[in-house]
Amino acid sequence: MTKSELAEQVSTKINLPKKETEHIVSMVFESIIGALSHGDKVELRGFGSFRIRHRALREGRNPKTGEKVKVPPKKVPFFRAGKELKEMVNNKAGSQKTAGSSQHP
Amino acid sequence: MTKLDIINRVVEKAGLPKPQAEEAVESIIEKIKETLSKGENVVLRRFGSFSVRGKNTRIGRNPKTGEEAEISARSVVRFKSGKYFKDAVNK
Repeated sequence: MTKSELAEQVSTKINLPKKETEHIVSMVFESIIGALSHGDKVELRGFGSFRIRHRALREGRNPKTGEKVKVPPKKVPFFRAGKELKEMVNNKAGSQKTAGSSQHP
Repeated sequence: MTKLDIINRVVEKAGLPKPQAEEAVESIIEKIKETLSKGENVVLRRFGSFSVRGKNTRIGRNPKTGEEAEISARSVVRFKSGKYFKDAVNK
């Protein structure tokens, strides 16, 4: 499913023109990107959470030349599925309850 | 940031009444969940993609007791961030 297919399905559900819905879909995901870029995390109950993971500096090799290169430390966006989503993809759907807050470290 | 913050943002930026913004955000999330539970991937340009992957049965260990236990085969959701997203968090 692509963004425009998602917008199409949502648009019929909420009775809003597709164009406008597409705009809202983009806005939702841009705001998640914005939050993580500011070092914030995003928690969407029932769906999951997005946070930043830090990757340390490491030594890599140029696969072509075999030369050693330093790979600088970086941050990567990380998604962790929530309990309900985990259950849904395993077809144990229907259980809407969330047993307390999920087990994030 | 929570779902409510995202809803408020949609209210501000798209000028949608709050109940409608709420419905929009909820149904976006619900649609993604539904699609994934059908085993279908969701690809959102710039942001990234969600996919469902099968995991085989494996032997794990209870980290508390050290006891071995079989972890049954299951499906898991994987998120791969898009280039734009990755670049944005490293700015």
